[in-house]
Amino acid sequence: MDTLLTYTLRQGDRALVLAQRLLEQVTHAPEIEEDMALANLALDLIGQARALYTYAGEVEGEGHDEDHFAYWRDQHDFLNPLLVEQPNGDFAHVIVRQFLHDAFALPYWQAMTRSSDATFAALAGKSEKETAYHLRHSRAWVVRLGDGTEQSHTRAQVAVDELWRYTGELFEHDHVEEELVAADIAADPAVLAGEWRSVVESTLAEATLACPSEVVMQRGGRLGQHTEGFSYLLGELQVVARAHPGATW
Amino acid sequence: MSSDWPLWEVFVRAKRGVSHVHAGTVHAPDAELAMQSARDLFTRRAEGVSLWVVRSSDITASDPDDRASMFDPALDKTFRHPTDFVLPDEVANM
Repeated sequence: MDTLLTYTLRQGDRALVLAQRLLEQVTHAPEIEEDMALANLALDLIGQARALYTYAGEVEGEGHDEDHFAYWRDQHDFLNPLLVEQPNGDFAHVIVRQFLHDAFALPYWQAMTRSSDATFAALAGKSEKETAYHLRHSRAWVVRLGDGTEQSHTRAQVAVDELWRYTGELFEHDHVEEELVAADIAADPAVLAGEWRSVVESTLAEATLACPSEVVMQRGGRLGQHTEGFSYLLGELQVVARAHPGATW
Repeated sequence: MSSDWPLWEVFVRAKRGVSHVHAGTVHAPDAELAMQSARDLFTRRAEGVSLWVVRSSDITASDPDDRASMFDPALDKTFRHPTDFVLPDEVANM
């Protein structure tokens, strides 16, 4: 597959899969206000995914639209990092997953505003603002849960410990990234990793949460190898489109 | 847990130069999250350029039972309205 196409799908899938997990959570947040907040994050992410899939269709040049990439690919075709597909646990788990993602996504989109690819640079300009708010929200909650009650602290720490193993993949790079970094199209994962670490460490410190160390990182999502719950996620995401092919409303 | 979150009054300024107007309420554990919920609930369709949130318990409200003594005396004091002034013709929009 074309490197730019693979790269675009990795980013689009990251946004869509996280949005799907967030939408599963709506009506399960502690308050209806937080349901709205999570749905708003999801809608921003879906908007990003739509733009990325549309661009993927242009890059691919086979006449595929955004719906094709969302609804008509199979599990092994999805290239999102494993972090965003991790099933919803308690509220702390949902928030910590979001925070670990947002702390990556903000420096990512900031860097992409300088991409030599005009489509990515334009999308980054919009996504950067959305993501700054996402990080503000998830970070605020991590601090409150971590530095909250004994129960919220314990739950937040469990979530950090459980999800940490999926964070290494956010900064993985293979020939796809390397080629596009060299062409000034893609953000350099090594630079992003440093920015991610400084935000995550300062936030966890403020939240009185411990930063895990010496964790063996899980990988595979970006290569189409997913964790157990992913097929259920995809089934729910795609069932209506597949039951009624070509339906419009 | 939800009943523990206090209520906040939300005020939205629609554009520069006009006042903040009461828009509704949110439940939130503190001011920062009240602000974020207010943003998500009341400005998501570009309704505003500025937000205030105030804890509902910090507002002192007039008592509906006092309505007669508070507001009725204003009804028959027409001299408080500028109705007896004659507008010069030059003033078009008043």
